[in-house]
Amino acid sequence: MSEVAGNLFIVIGLAFDLFGCLGLIRLPDVYNRLQATTKCVTLGTCSILFGALVVKGLSGTGIKAFLCILFLLLTSPVAAHALSRGAHKSGVKLWDKSVCDQYAEDEAGKK
Amino acid sequence: MRSKFPSRYLGWCLGLLGISLTLLFISIYPLPSLLRWQSPFLSRCFFMLMVCFAFCLFRLMRGPTPADRAVAVDTLGILIVGFCAILSIPTGRDWYIDIAIAWALQSFIGALALAKYLEGRGFDE
Repeated sequence: MSEVAGNLFIVIGLAFDLFGCLGLIRLPDVYNRLQATTKCVTLGTCSILFGALVVKGLSGTGIKAFLCILFLLLTSPVAAHALSRGAHKSGVKLWDKSVCDQYAEDEAGKK
Repeated sequence: MRSKFPSRYLGWCLGLLGISLTLLFISIYPLPSLLRWQSPFLSRCFFMLMVCFAFCLFRLMRGPTPADRAVAVDTLGILIVGFCAILSIPTGRDWYIDIAIAWALQSFIGALALAKYLEGRGFDE
């Protein structure tokens, strides 16, 4: 029973991974791509790790998988924010159909 | 910039056909002897993660800006954590999760260093 539930979580995580990487290919802009990958891939990999936790139960592997979920949920958004800030400072243009760029407005207001 | 009517929808249909053919190929292909584990289901999950890996490698090859390549490298690191999590289930070895934790840490620090490099500042700031 727990194996079936764990496999279900793994399939959900694989679907998230696949759609995130599809967004990495299809979307037009660095920021759009970053938004797609950092949500879908992080949630997908966390779901795969949670599936491993459900299959293995509360053994050593399960506890380590839970720690890895916590670590991934803490660090991945920080890395994504740093990457997007670096991309904006290095002068990557937004997509030409983008609506607003509030970070550039703030930077212009500071000066 | 705006493409003509038939070519755009033809591209959409070709992409859908390619994705569905890939999924069909993964689900019915007889498994090679290298990956014949106890459960063929997890082996097919492994193949599906390889498809995601190929997408990331595509963006790594022809990203127009360096920021695209940095995003692709960050995504590759998170996908490898998923690889290790899937590998730990059928083989029953728990040090794969140790590799996953270490790889997540390394990927985080690498992403921060790449962001610093993109900003064009020194690393000691």
